[in-house]
Amino acid sequence: MSKYKMHVLVCGGTGCHASESDQLLEDLKTIVTEKGLDSEVQVIATGCFGFCEKGPIVKIMPDNTFYTQVTPADAREIVDEHLIKGRKINRLLYVDPENQEHIADSKHMGFYKKQLRIALRNCGFIDPENIDEYISRDGYEALAKCLTEMTPQQVIEEMKKSGLRGRGGGGFSTGLKWEITSKSVSDVKYVVCNADEGDPGAFMDRSILEGDPHSVIEAMAICGYCIGSSIGLVYIRAEYPLAIDRLKTAIAQAREYGLLGNNVLDTGFAFDLELRYGAGAFVCGEETALIHSMEGLRGEPTVKPPFPSVSGYYGKPTNVNNVETFANVPVIINKGADWFASIGSENSKGTKVFALAGKINNVGLIEVPMGTTLREVIYEIGGGIKDGKKFKAVQTGGPSGGCLTEKHLDSPIDYDNLIAAGSMMGSGGMIVMDEDDCMVSIAKFYLDFTVEESCGKCAPCRIGNKRLYEILDKLTQGKGTREDIDSLRNLSHVIKDTALCGLGQTSPNPVLSTIENFWDEYIEHVDEKKCRSGQCKALLQYIIEPENCVGCTACARNCPVNAIYGERKGVHVIDQVTCIKCGACLEKCKFNAVFIK
Amino acid sequence: METIKLTIDNKVIEVAKGTTILKAAKGAGIHIPSLCYLHLHDLNIENKPAGCRICVVEVQGRRNLAPACVTDCAEGMVVNTHNIRVLNSRKTVLELILSDHPTDCLICAKNGNCELQTMAQEFGIRKLHYEGEQSTYREDTSPAIIRDVDKCIMCRRCEMMCNDVQTVGVLSAVNRGFMSVVAPAFERNLDHSECTYCGQCVAVCPTGALTEVDHTNAVIRALADPSKTVVVQTAPAVRVALGEEFGLEAGTIVTGKLAAALRRLGFNFVFDTDFAADLTIMEEGTELLDRLTRHLNGDKDVPLPILTSCCPGWVNFFEHQFPEMMDIPSTARSPQQMFGAIAKTYFAEKIGIKREDMVVVSIMPCLAKKFECQRDEFSTNGNPDVDFSISTRELAHLIKQSNINFNELPEEDFDHPMGESTGAAVIFGTTGGVIEAAVRTAYEVQTGKKLQKVDFEELRGMEYIRQATIDFDGLPINIGIAHGLGNARKLLQDIKDGKSKFHAIEIMACPGGCIGGGGQPLHHGDSSIIKARQKAIYLEDAGKTIRKSHENPYIAKLYEEFLGKPMSEKAHHLLHTHYFDKSNDTVIE
Repeated sequence: MSKYKMHVLVCGGTGCHASESDQLLEDLKTIVTEKGLDSEVQVIATGCFGFCEKGPIVKIMPDNTFYTQVTPADAREIVDEHLIKGRKINRLLYVDPENQEHIADSKHMGFYKKQLRIALRNCGFIDPENIDEYISRDGYEALAKCLTEMTPQQVIEEMKKSGLRGRGGGGFSTGLKWEITSKSVSDVKYVVCNADEGDPGAFMDRSILEGDPHSVIEAMAICGYCIGSSIGLVYIRAEYPLAIDRLKTAIAQAREYGLLGNNVLDTGFAFDLELRYGAGAFVCGEETALIHSMEGLRGEPTVKPPFPSVSGYYGKPTNVNNVETFANVPVIINKGADWFASIGSENSKGTKVFALAGKINNVGLIEVPMGTTLREVIYEIGGGIKDGKKFKAVQTGGPSGGCLTEKHLDSPIDYDNLIAAGSMMGSGGMIVMDEDDCMVSIAKFYLDFTVEESCGKCAPCRIGNKRLYEILDKLTQGKGTREDIDSLRNLSHVIKDTALCGLGQTSPNPVLSTIENFWDEYIEHVDEKKCRSGQCKALLQYIIEPENCVGCTACARNCPVNAIYGERKGVHVIDQVTCIKCGACLEKCKFNAVFIK
Repeated sequence: METIKLTIDNKVIEVAKGTTILKAAKGAGIHIPSLCYLHLHDLNIENKPAGCRICVVEVQGRRNLAPACVTDCAEGMVVNTHNIRVLNSRKTVLELILSDHPTDCLICAKNGNCELQTMAQEFGIRKLHYEGEQSTYREDTSPAIIRDVDKCIMCRRCEMMCNDVQTVGVLSAVNRGFMSVVAPAFERNLDHSECTYCGQCVAVCPTGALTEVDHTNAVIRALADPSKTVVVQTAPAVRVALGEEFGLEAGTIVTGKLAAALRRLGFNFVFDTDFAADLTIMEEGTELLDRLTRHLNGDKDVPLPILTSCCPGWVNFFEHQFPEMMDIPSTARSPQQMFGAIAKTYFAEKIGIKREDMVVVSIMPCLAKKFECQRDEFSTNGNPDVDFSISTRELAHLIKQSNINFNELPEEDFDHPMGESTGAAVIFGTTGGVIEAAVRTAYEVQTGKKLQKVDFEELRGMEYIRQATIDFDGLPINIGIAHGLGNARKLLQDIKDGKSKFHAIEIMACPGGCIGGGGQPLHHGDSSIIKARQKAIYLEDAGKTIRKSHENPYIAKLYEEFLGKPMSEKAHHLLHTHYFDKSNDTVIE
């Protein structure tokens, strides 16, 4: 990248792409050429910067200027003012929500300060469609090192020593998984990359594949070398067209450079990649279901053992790792296991990428060292709760994670702590809720998702989750009883205890964790038929304030269900059982006597 | 053999490595309830999707409960099959299944014979703690099988039978989550699929989701119509299975009581499909010898092997899946249809009635027979040769409804002329029987010599694919046998690839042959029942005075009086058929 004086990096991730960043890129290129700057300024599309809340993003190097919400109309000003005259455009700079100051570069932005980007190291930095840019950032060096200086067992030992655990949710030791697969005896083995990211709102894997596809290709080749496989398969959901395109381009380039094929780097090692498309079923993120889907069968999990490491794709030993896990591998080989293991907490090494969403100022993709607290993530990186509202809960681990509260804010994020707190790491979804969120409704929302995504194979998940949803719905309708809460608890425990795969075994987590942490809200819904956040419409009450009521009878005359009683010139009362909450009384009252509770 | 020691319910037991907890417990006399699990031991068929989660047990040190059906025992494992955690979970899961199941047990076809109902009774379920929406689907009625999938509990047994055993591939899970159900692709109807109506799905369905189309009322109406002469024929496999419906031990031969019961039901003539089985041997055996002779004489247009054609499930299978090989099976109609054709011509003439005034009812161990008798080619001017085909199970219902105390009935004989049969006809009911019967006749016809021994043990057994070479007085005849359509497919593929060395092959769609048919009393996973029926079939054969089809005097009389000789023009017209290419018949709505 050194021959240019300046680099203009335009985000080419799906989010910014949708906000015309491709047009912006073209305009910038045209104007730069027009001004004769094209030999000094390089304009490229990169992968996601993570700060999707304020996209489209344009970053200018080397001074790290970080422009937000840039439109094609801003292109000329960026060239004229910034590139030519060297003046930063104030209105496009990020504004700190706390003190309203314009921040001159990304290094001083709270969003990036606490982040440590390992898996996302190249996202927002290189052109993902140019293999040379990847190579210039030590790309494929790890593969070369493995093939020429290390035995497969040495690589496996290095991986084990690094402490890297699966980033897809299970948290199983990556090195150990590779070792088990390497020891399975078979003529054919497979390396599978699980790119079936399905958590609502999560886009970690998509961003990596869009922003740095070569890191995954390189890691899969290293894995193939370790386990004795020459075929890699990427199972990617068809809803990720941009990631698929970039991956295809990257594979073609890697083949051209001899980094994939029959004789990788002239070492005699053969490895190549193929893509397999998923139709977008959440359960296909479960590795056995994923494998069945790749085989053309119904995407349903089967009982483990046998684990895929022993019997996977078409019965052959198959090593399945998630995108983010793979993205960590080349760095570990290059910088060493000790370096990686020095980051993070005792049993969770390295970093974790989270998709930060919900009622938070800085929505986007972040990567932090394991052991960072939820408070740091939410308040320092996330910039706190939107509109100055009060924090209520944070949901981690995707639809089957749990909701954590204020009391968990200072506990460090790692695999074990999250499980101890009643949630889980999952693949890295993190949704923040504020005081306006009803926790019963939140539990219902997640159950709605798992009911939709259950494959239907085992009875507890197929029917049990449906029943959980129905009971929660009853509660939000104000028809719940205390017995219903007991039923929710028993059923949740039974489903966790008996369901076949990870989906069912974790789907009741949102129910259990909200009952545990927000017991008062459940009781209010049941005993008082009240929803403190006002989200449960059925629980709203229209009330007549006796002091304001003059007995004009307008409300009673206009009530379609005759729910309002009272004598002329006397105080009127609404029968809550009959009331259908249509709001006609509120509309007709001229004396501000009707209000909503 | 490597063994493992473990503790189940405080009992220390030793089992072979690789044994599941379910099997280990069973061996130790501990019954762990299960629903989706099915193991037809003698047929080597196992269904264990681990989907129902009823068989869960607690394994010490394990985070969640373990499904006993698929969890292997491990050294030192401590298992508890009925502590409060297990009982609560199991009962809750059963209640969940019941909460998505219609409660119309009183009017369900499987009332009293339903594994889910039995389990609810055993668990003492009195109240459902979790109720809510039930998944509903449209009912699908085909000529033979009714799918009432509201009652499907996703045990996937039918799917396993249809795909793994039969390789027909019609049934599989569709949709997802709460709305998932087993159905033909795109949820089309069975009669628009490649279904062979073999009925093996029905044979293993634990609930009323898959049942036969019930024709008992049509039979009752026919019996009540004074203008009709109602003739009944009963297949060989029925007589060794019907007793089970009346509490008799599996393998009890009830031929005499069967004839007596049919007579008391009011049938005017109580005949035997076995008569037609003997007739089949005359036609099919002659065809075999004819094709064999011409083939051996170098006529390349005559293909070998010849394949049997008495099984309607098998006929449906090759019409759909191997239409390019339709010239290989024998053209002989099945015994059911030969019977119908002869009853409505020869016999109707004999007793002086018109075919329209005769109703032919067949009692079959089979559901595909219901479809077969409705085929257009087996009717004359819209009048079918066989009017109604009812299963062994339907006959039992008919007998019970008619206040007949089956077990107290005397032993009676079938009527003449179409009730006379030989031992060769009886063994049609089991895998290997048709070809053995054919060999008994073909040998004597071909060689002109008398068989010293009529029992061909080498053709018998339960192995799915069997082969034997029979010495036809210096001419070695290679015989192949397959039961279960998946095994038939293997032999067919060999023929297609030019690798088959057989001269003749017998194929039966159902595992075990007709004794394991889709219309038989339900075995509920106990395959020893099918073995017992097979034993009874051979016992019945051994007890017969005449054991070779060509020695049946009434068959000889039939040819003499009516048909002329085997494969005569008349025989061709009445006793042979042709097949249809149905490979493009699958309709997507």
